[in-house]
Amino acid sequence: MIDWKDYDSAGTWDELIGPGGRPRAPARELSRYLRSLSDDELRERKDAAELAILVMGITFTVYDEEGGSIDRAWPFDIIPRIIARSEWDRISEGLVQRVHALNLFIADLYGEQRIVRDKVFPGELLSDSKNFRPQCVGVVPANGTWAHICGSDLVRDADGTVYVLEDNLRVPSGVSYMLENRQVMKRTFPELFGEQAIMPVDDYATQLLEMLSSLSTRARNPVVVVLTPGIYNSAYFEHSYLAQQMGCQLVEGRDLVVGDDEHVYMRTIGGLEHVDVIYRRIDDLFIDPEVFDPDSMIGVPGLMRSWRAGKVALANAPGSGVADDKVVYSFVPEIIRYYLGEDPIIPNVPTFRCMDPLQREHVLKNLDKLVVKPANESGGYGMLIGPQSTKKQRDEFARLIQRDPRNYIAQPTLSLSSAPTLVGDGVCEPRHVDLRPFILSGPSPYVTMGGLTRVALRKGSLVVNSSQGGGSKDTWIVDMEAS
Amino acid sequence: MLSRVAENLYWMARYLERAEDLARLINVNSNLVLDLPRRVHFGWQPLLEITGGEEEFGALYEALDERNVVRFLVADRRYSGSIISSLDFARENLRTTRDIVPREVWERLNDLFLNARQRTASGVPKRARYAFLNTLISDCQQITGLLAGTMSRTESYWFVKTGRYLERADMTSRILDVRTEDLLVESTDELTPFANIQWMSVLKSLTAYQMYRHHVRLRVRAPDVLQFLIKDPLFPRAVTHCLGEVNACLQHIPRCEGPVHEVSKLQRRLKRTNVKNLHEADLHRFLDRLQVAIAGLHDEINTTWFAVDA
Repeated sequence: MIDWKDYDSAGTWDELIGPGGRPRAPARELSRYLRSLSDDELRERKDAAELAILVMGITFTVYDEEGGSIDRAWPFDIIPRIIARSEWDRISEGLVQRVHALNLFIADLYGEQRIVRDKVFPGELLSDSKNFRPQCVGVVPANGTWAHICGSDLVRDADGTVYVLEDNLRVPSGVSYMLENRQVMKRTFPELFGEQAIMPVDDYATQLLEMLSSLSTRARNPVVVVLTPGIYNSAYFEHSYLAQQMGCQLVEGRDLVVGDDEHVYMRTIGGLEHVDVIYRRIDDLFIDPEVFDPDSMIGVPGLMRSWRAGKVALANAPGSGVADDKVVYSFVPEIIRYYLGEDPIIPNVPTFRCMDPLQREHVLKNLDKLVVKPANESGGYGMLIGPQSTKKQRDEFARLIQRDPRNYIAQPTLSLSSAPTLVGDGVCEPRHVDLRPFILSGPSPYVTMGGLTRVALRKGSLVVNSSQGGGSKDTWIVDMEAS
Repeated sequence: MLSRVAENLYWMARYLERAEDLARLINVNSNLVLDLPRRVHFGWQPLLEITGGEEEFGALYEALDERNVVRFLVADRRYSGSIISSLDFARENLRTTRDIVPREVWERLNDLFLNARQRTASGVPKRARYAFLNTLISDCQQITGLLAGTMSRTESYWFVKTGRYLERADMTSRILDVRTEDLLVESTDELTPFANIQWMSVLKSLTAYQMYRHHVRLRVRAPDVLQFLIKDPLFPRAVTHCLGEVNACLQHIPRCEGPVHEVSKLQRRLKRTNVKNLHEADLHRFLDRLQVAIAGLHDEINTTWFAVDA
């Protein structure tokens, strides 16, 4: 049986259990319920959840060394992470504000570049940005929006403050796990959903389809498709899942062809069919071998021509990744103030830019205390976590930073909040978590109710990525006024 | 509907049908071997011929005995024609078309494959074999039932059904081809008392025994069995019935003229042929041509719908 008195999350903010083993208000109902279960009953629930995951075929793809790939069920912890509705509403507002400003920023960069002229954002950052696409300059995409779908990573520090850690504006993934986790939980703990107001998450696919359809120039029944790199992509499960949920075709590059009229068509059993909107889950550099990587086998030759001519809408628009850069990240508070004249609702994690000589010096002196990240990597790759690093790794990073300062930022090691995670029979221990909500920028903005909570399953670990020993939890936004 | 997706669905159904038919065949053969005298050299070789896996078997195994053949046909992933490989291919084809097919179908097929892989990991012991294969057959049937009961009759469904019936027609003709060869040609005196049960086994491997009995009401005789399994329009595993189903499915798909023409030609040919009069070499030649024609029908389907170009 779970006893919260033995639960010790010393030094971190725990999402469910407050000081002295007292559950936080929105988690009271859950903690009462968990305590009422015997070890056997708890194990039964855990087994049932695992079986559901296996049967539902929820997987992610990992690559093995021979270049083959295998499907793995993504580890799932049955104890949800809980946030009060009142707190979430404020965070949600902050995310909308942030993504709105980022969209204005991207449009400006590919347009007049007012922000550079006004010396708020350094122009030289653009010229050596890996994700700035000169091919997109002067384009005005449908509705003027560039990053239609954004996944921002949130973390909470020891004092309870929520920060944005990064914004994923290229092809953010994870939303299908958020949706599937909820399905698993409903199968596993149906009794809990009757007792309290847990906000539903299921309308995401409908919202996504509506937003995508709004990008079409054809008013009636636009044809929306999801473009995937194929089954060996680690997020293929998600591509297929979203297409299914939206009732759209899931296409690969080879299914599409650009006609002489610059419209995009897909190959069907009835012949060629006109496509209006492409939700592309392929990185910019691979979408069109005519313009970008000529060796790309997964792209569609001529796609950029069609997009620039306004014959097809792409979400996210190519080039959106320019705001995904971790150096650009450090400017987001200024970006919000510049375009919206507002203070950021959710703060950034304090960030040192290695391109600045003074800040670089500070970083190099404090490598053992800081987290160093390359500007353009995702998935937790190429990072240095100072306090857990060896001397050799720190020397390596010092060299890397000096060779290419523009490409690195550093942040203090946050203590990342924790949440109780089942580690053995009737035993819960704190494990670090983050949260990735998804923000849709359509005619009216939409933020998921919560998002995907990722959990670092290894004791003490701060790495939550699925490719590196992370798992996930369901995320509950509980409306305490409604229950 | 995407050409690629149509192709995947068609193959998913073919592989699933192949796995099921193979399971039936192995089950019945296991049973038959128990009934035959030891001195009769009847065994497992024909099953390798039916699946066309003799060469690959020879490369992988030394002794042509029951244990090896069953292992090869059921559990060997190195052999692309084994049950486990067929299930794997069915699943891979469905994996890319999960957004088309009701979710329960994916869940069942995924489950079926994972279970089969786990249960055959350490071989297929004789005592557990029957139960295992029976479960597998009923799991395949369950998926077929789910597809029939939950899929809208859109083109997706017709491609699935076309794949299933084409594969079934092919498997029935293969089973007949191999089995009639050893039954008709090698009918030594010694075998005669057992010929009857062998023909029964042919029927049973196609789950046709009961239906045959209702239909023919005579003792089991070779010409009647052939007539029933090739020309019966009502029995769902008879070649004629399968081709009729294929024809009906194709009619629902746009631009179907070529494939429909092909299958109609084949149906007419079957109708003209008097199966009862065919013996040994003639029968063999007939079945050979039938299989070539089925392959030709597949090619026509492929060029019409799967290989669309701008």
